[in-house]
Amino acid sequence: MGAKQTRAEKYQDLMDKTGFSPEQIKNLHTRFQQLSDNEETISREDLEKIPALANNPIRKQIIEAFFDKRNQHQNEVGAFQEIGFEQFLMVMSHFRPPTLKTTEEEKEAMRKEKLRFLFNMHDTDNDGTITLEEYRKVVEELLKKSGAIGLEAAKAIADAAMLEVASTNVPHMAPEDFYEGITFEHFEQILKGLEMESRMHIRFLDVDTTTMRCGKSKS
Amino acid sequence: LQPLGGAAGLMCFSLLCVCRGEVPPKPTGVVTIVPPIKPDNGPQAYPEAEKANLPVFTMNYPRIQIPFEITLWMLLASFAKIGFHVYHKITIWVPESCLLISIGLIVGAIMHSVHEEPPAVLTSNVFFLYMLPPIVLWFAVVGTLWNSVGIGMSLFAICQIEAFGVQDINLQENLLFASIISAVDPVAVLNVFEDVNVNEQLYIVVFGECLFNDAVTVVLYNMFSFVAEMPVVEPVDVFLGVARFFVVGLGGMGFGILFGFVAAFTTRFTSKVREIEPLFIFMYSYLAYLVAELFSISSIMAIVTCALTMKYYVEENVSQRSCTTIRHVVKMLGAISETLIFFFLGVVTITTEHEWNWGYILFTLLFAFVWRGLGVLVLTQIINPFRTIPFNLKDQFGLAYGGLRGAISFALAFTLPDNIGRKQLFVTATIAIILFTVFLQGISIRPLIEFINVRRTNRNLGTINVEIHCRLMEHTIAGIEDLCGQWSHFYWKDKFMKFNNRILRRILIRDSRAESSIVALYKKLELQNAMEILDTVSGDISAAPSIVSLYEEKKSSAKPKKKFLAADLRNMHDILSKNMYKIRQRTVAYTNKHALPNDSQTKEILIRRHASIRRSLRPGSFQSTMVPKSHKYFSLPPGQSLDLKFPPGRLSYTDDHETLSEVAYPTRRSRSSRPARSSSRAMMPLRRLDTLTEAPSVDAVGDGGRTDHGVSRTDSSYSDSHAAPRRHINSSDDQDSGSVDNLRNNHHEAQEEEEQPSSSSPVWAAEPRDGTTRNPLLRRPQWNPKKK
Repeated sequence: MGAKQTRAEKYQDLMDKTGFSPEQIKNLHTRFQQLSDNEETISREDLEKIPALANNPIRKQIIEAFFDKRNQHQNEVGAFQEIGFEQFLMVMSHFRPPTLKTTEEEKEAMRKEKLRFLFNMHDTDNDGTITLEEYRKVVEELLKKSGAIGLEAAKAIADAAMLEVASTNVPHMAPEDFYEGITFEHFEQILKGLEMESRMHIRFLDVDTTTMRCGKSKS
Repeated sequence: LQPLGGAAGLMCFSLLCVCRGEVPPKPTGVVTIVPPIKPDNGPQAYPEAEKANLPVFTMNYPRIQIPFEITLWMLLASFAKIGFHVYHKITIWVPESCLLISIGLIVGAIMHSVHEEPPAVLTSNVFFLYMLPPIVLWFAVVGTLWNSVGIGMSLFAICQIEAFGVQDINLQENLLFASIISAVDPVAVLNVFEDVNVNEQLYIVVFGECLFNDAVTVVLYNMFSFVAEMPVVEPVDVFLGVARFFVVGLGGMGFGILFGFVAAFTTRFTSKVREIEPLFIFMYSYLAYLVAELFSISSIMAIVTCALTMKYYVEENVSQRSCTTIRHVVKMLGAISETLIFFFLGVVTITTEHEWNWGYILFTLLFAFVWRGLGVLVLTQIINPFRTIPFNLKDQFGLAYGGLRGAISFALAFTLPDNIGRKQLFVTATIAIILFTVFLQGISIRPLIEFINVRRTNRNLGTINVEIHCRLMEHTIAGIEDLCGQWSHFYWKDKFMKFNNRILRRILIRDSRAESSIVALYKKLELQNAMEILDTVSGDISAAPSIVSLYEEKKSSAKPKKKFLAADLRNMHDILSKNMYKIRQRTVAYTNKHALPNDSQTKEILIRRHASIRRSLRPGSFQSTMVPKSHKYFSLPPGQSLDLKFPPGRLSYTDDHETLSEVAYPTRRSRSSRPARSSSRAMMPLRRLDTLTEAPSVDAVGDGGRTDHGVSRTDSSYSDSHAAPRRHINSSDDQDSGSVDNLRNNHHEAQEEEEQPSSSSPVWAAEPRDGTTRNPLLRRPQWNPKKK
C-alpha cells in the first residue's frame, strides 16, 4: 500500500537521522499524536498543557528546547513556532542511552550532544555564551521550588558558579578582566568529570538493544 | 612500640592464665596484700567454724570471668590492629583481614602449644546475638542462592565418587555446607575498590551484594540445617522451603522498615532529651534484630533495612552531636566485631582438630570459584539489557574475583549442629576456603584490578556547577519523560518522593521548616550586608552570597540543627566553622570504613585561607593609595569599618596567625604546624585573592569577619551525588541515585553524612563575594570608581 510504503520510508529516514528503532519511533509518534490532538504540528501551548510537567521547575526551558532550532543539528538558530514530528524526534534523540555496542568516539559524541543540549537550555539569546543573567535565570528556576530560597540566594549561587567556571578556565585573569560568559568549551570543561551517561538518558520503550543504531557523530 | 609489646605480652600471659579456667593464685606482676588469715587449706582440726577475720582482700574470678575474657580478647585484637597501621605499606597490599587472621594463627599456635582451649565465647548464641549485628552488613539473593545450590549439587555429585570416601554426606548436608561457604565477605574487596576508585556501579553492586548476601546465607543456613535433620525430603518440603525463604527475607525487611519508622517517630519528640538520642537509634536497631530472631526471620535484613530507613528520617530529627556519636559508635562496633571474628578464625584454625579430606576440600575450592564466576556471568547477562551502563567483562571479573569468604562463613561453620556427622570436615573445609580466598585473592585483587584497569570513577565533582547541572539534568529528564509519556526510574522516584513529602515526612519529621534562630539571624545579617553593598557601590552587584542560602541550595531543604545553644555571632561562627570542617568528607565518596573522618585537610585549607585573609588585612593596607583602581573590590567605602556590624573581637589585627586562628576557632587543636604558606597550592580563588592583597579590601575584612571560616574552594565538596541523600521539602526530585546512595551510605554507617547545615555555605560565601566584587562577572563600566 502506498501509505504504508511512505511511512516505512519516512521511518527509515527518521531512523537514520535520530537513531531510534522503528518501534520506538512508532511509540513516539503515538505520543506525538496525543500531544498535538492529531494534528501535524505541536505548539508550545500543547506542551504546556501536559499536567505532569506542571511541577517541573524548568518546565519553560524544557519546552523551549523543543522549539529551539539549534537542537535540530542543522546549524540554524532561532526558534520555531511549531514543530513537526521530525523535530520532536530530533530533540528526543539527545536522550538515547548508549548501548553495549557504542564505540568510544560515539560515546564521546553523544556526550557532547548532551552537553550541547544543556548549553542551549542556558543560552537563550543564541549568542554562544552563557552570561551571568542567563545563568542566574536557570538557577532561579531550579530553586524556585525550594521556597525559602530568595532571589538573592539564587543570584549568589549563580555568581559563585560563574566564578568557578571563570577560575577553572581562565585561571590567570587579571583584576580588570571581565569574564564575558561561559562558552561551550568552558562549559565542557567544567562538566568534564560528570558522568552523563547514567544521568541523561531515557529508556525509550521497546528498546531493542541489538538493532539500535549507534549515535551518529554530531557536534 | 615498646610499651605496646609489653602490654601485649602481659595480656597474652593473662589470657593464657585465665583461659585455664581456674583462678590463678596471684598474677605474677601484681602486688597483693597478704590476707591477714591464712586460707584454710589443710584438713580442719576443729569441725566447727573458726572465727574468721574479715578478709581485706579477696578475689572472685568466676564472677567476672566471661566479660573479662571477652574484654581481654578484644583488647588483644585491637592492639594487633594498632600494630598493623604502624607500617603503612602493609595495609596497602595486604588486607586487614589477612593480618588479623595471621595474628590469630600465631596466638592460636601459642595456645595450642600450651594446650589451651579457645575461649568458649564463640557459642552460637553469642555470635548471633551479640556479634553479628554490628558487623557491617552488605547483597544478591540470587547470587547466593545460585552459589549455594550450585556448589551443593556439585559437591554432592563429587561425594558419590568413592575415591574420596565421603559418601556419607547426603544432599542436605552438602547444601548446608554450600550455603555456608557462599557467603561473601566484602571487607577486603570493598577496601580495595575504594582505594582504586572503581566505578560507582561496580562498587554499588559489590556492596549491595554483600549486604543482602549475608541475609540470604543465614536464611539458607537455617533452612538447610533444619532440613538436614530431616530423614526424608519430600517435594512439599522443598516448596515450603522456598516459601519460607520469601517469608524470611521479606519479613526481615518489613520488620526493619517498621522499626525504622518507629524510631523516626520517636526521634521526632526528642528535642529536649538530646543526650539519649543515640540510645534510641541503637536500641531500635538492636530490637529489630532481636525481634527478627524471635520470629526466626532474617535478622540481618531487618537490621539493615531498619538502619536504612532510620538514616533517612532520623537524620533530620536528631542533633548534630547525636549523629556524630552514632556514626562513631557504629563504626567502632563494626570494627570490633570484624576484628574479633578474623582473630578467632586464626586462633581456631590452630586449636581445633581438623579433619582433612583432600578430595572434598579441593573440590570445594574449585566449585566455589567456578560457580561464582558462572553466577556472575549469568546474572550480568540477564540484567545487562536492563541497565543503561552495562557491566563489561572487566567489571564482571572484579565482581567474581571479589568473592572473598570471611566472617559469616566462619561463624556459621563453627556453629553447625553437632549431629551432622561430618562437622569437622565442614569446619576444616570452611576454614580452608576462607584462608585461601582471603590470603590469595585478597592480596592479589588489588594489583589485578589495577592491571585490568577497571573503569574508574572521577571523584572531583564537588563544584557548584556540577551540582547545578546534576539537578538540571534530573529535572530535564523527568520533564522529557513526562512529555513523552515514558517512565523510567525517575518517574517512580518522583512519585515516591511526592508521597514521601506529603505524608511520611509530615508524620515522622519534626517540623523542619522553622529555621534555627541562629541560622535565621545569620541570614538576616548577610542580607543586611548585601543591601549595604548594593546601596553604596553599585546597583548591579549581588555580591552577598548568603552563606546560609548557599547551604540551603545545597540541601534544598533546610536541615536546621536545633541544638545551637548560643545566640551570639561568635558561637554561630564557631558552630558553623566546626561543621564546615566535616563537609570536606563529602568529597570522599566512599569513606574508608575503617577510618574516621579526617579533618586535617579541611583545616589546612582553612588555615591557608586564613593566612591570605590575614595578609590582606594588614593594618596599613586600608589606606592604600591604590584605592581608585581597586575600588571595585570594596564592599564598603574605605574608612567605614564593618566593626559596626560584627564584633571586632573576631579579628585581631595582628599578623599573628595563631591568634586569629585561636580566636576564630577556639575549638580546633593543632594548627600551629602550619604557618602561612603561599596559597599558590590552594584553590584558584585563593590565588586570586593573593594577587589582590594590595587591595585594602574592607571586603576581605567583611569576609574575614563574617566568614573567616570560609574557604574558597572551587571544587569543594557539595556534591551530594556521593554523599548522604538529600532531603528537600518541595522539589520533587533530589536524590540522584538516592536509593543507591542509601545503600552505600549505610554501609559506611553514615560516615559521610554530614548534616552540618551551613557547612558548604561558608566556603562559598567568601569566594563569590571576593570574586564578584573583584572582577570577572561584572563589567567595569558598571563600577563607578569615583564613588568613595
